[in-house]
Amino acid sequence: MRRVVVTGLGMVSPLACGVEATWRRLIAGESGARKVERIEVSDIPCQIAAQVPRGDAPDAFHPDEWMDPKEQRRVDDFIVYAMSAATQALRDADWAPKTYEEEIETGVLIGSGIGGLGGIYDASVTLHEKGPRRISPFFITGRLINLAGGQVSIAHKLKGPNHAVVTACSTGAHAIGDAGRLIALGDANVMVAGGAESAVNRLALAGFSACKALSTGFNDRPRQASRPYDRDRDGFVMGEGAGCVVLEEYEHAKARGARIYAELIGYGLSGDAYHITAPSPDGDGGFRSMAAAIKRAGISASDIDYVNAHGTSTPMGDEIELRAVERVLGNSAARTTMSSTKSSIGHLLGAAGAVEAIFCVLAIRDQIAPPTLNLDNPSVETAIDLAPHAARKRPIEIALSNSFGFGGTNASIVFRAAS
Amino acid sequence: MSDVAERVKKIVVEHLGVDADKVVESANFIDDLGADSLDTVELVMAFEEEFGVEIPDDQAETIVTVGDAVKFLEKASADK
Repeated sequence: MRRVVVTGLGMVSPLACGVEATWRRLIAGESGARKVERIEVSDIPCQIAAQVPRGDAPDAFHPDEWMDPKEQRRVDDFIVYAMSAATQALRDADWAPKTYEEEIETGVLIGSGIGGLGGIYDASVTLHEKGPRRISPFFITGRLINLAGGQVSIAHKLKGPNHAVVTACSTGAHAIGDAGRLIALGDANVMVAGGAESAVNRLALAGFSACKALSTGFNDRPRQASRPYDRDRDGFVMGEGAGCVVLEEYEHAKARGARIYAELIGYGLSGDAYHITAPSPDGDGGFRSMAAAIKRAGISASDIDYVNAHGTSTPMGDEIELRAVERVLGNSAARTTMSSTKSSIGHLLGAAGAVEAIFCVLAIRDQIAPPTLNLDNPSVETAIDLAPHAARKRPIEIALSNSFGFGGTNASIVFRAAS
Repeated sequence: MSDVAERVKKIVVEHLGVDADKVVESANFIDDLGADSLDTVELVMAFEEEFGVEIPDDQAETIVTVGDAVKFLEKASADK
């Protein structure tokens, strides 16, 4: 199969709009979790979230920079975030298709976990109160998950494969892995791939609260709520945003002199076939997705320097994943660093895997592992370095990112330093 | 310009994202203001909302310029 490399990065996160600003704050140990803004949450058990900074906040997201205000009004935020992240990534890659040949060799694969739930809620209220004649002709197209990629393809004239992924919290990782496969198999030479999510709204907060997934005990201390592996963790903090990468066939990137961040060398997928929300207690699903990715990468587990964990800060999931990673690493566990960046930016659901893949790429570039914040008292002992509180300077040549989703869907991707 | 015309103009500027100078009576929504068929459906809904009237589909099809909208809505407002 053909080699696939990363040549562009783009991101909208709860820490900042932009890859470098987010990375700087992440490494500095900042948190994006806050009291929920702009939404009534007084009657919802979880009243905190990691929302994208807007307005006068430093490095804030300004939607008008990325999408015509007329179009913005008709779509949910996940589409605007995707437009921003994709546009950033294409600019970063210095790739703007101009000829017909360039247009048709460039595709899009952007997913979302939930899509336009906020807009569906609003339209349902309108339907109930005012009837069907008041439902906008843009209601459907502003909510559909594949319209993130659709809008990106229209804006940038990307006429190659146009695909989308929906695998809950594994979406971003699956999107990047699948897009890499499309390049490896020759369906495209360049792919814009990633995930986007904007589910911080009353309906999603109520829904995730009802299935006992969200943190509820830290409403007065939002920055301490996301605490993967810590004994006092009590659920995840919902985040929002988008991450996109430009993936490119190696010779294509080399021929045009593109900067190569890293190579996508491994991708593994598996299913738990166990429960709709809970991971299988033996961690076998996660273990198999990691093992498959490592096998595909043609490396051994002991080659892995850094793992960006799924690590959502839920009581059950963190330890199951930790044990699965230990099983994968075996005797080399002590030389590996693993951190959960969800401790800083919360859980971006369908965007998480994409944003975290970018963190892996940057960890390789800068030889530093981002920290696991709030890890004051680990709930279990492990030989793996969990990088508590502070970023860890260390050699990182190979990094693996895990993403696990509701429905028992698992994805692992592996990056190696460019050679 | 009548009160109705002012309100129509404001809606058109807002929904189509066009310069106010272009929203003249003779401007055709599709040919002159860059609207597509979905935009015009949304415009008609916005007119209905703003003026509290119902515009049946067969009549909506006859509203193709800013002037058509103003004329229709002036009459509909007067009939109310």
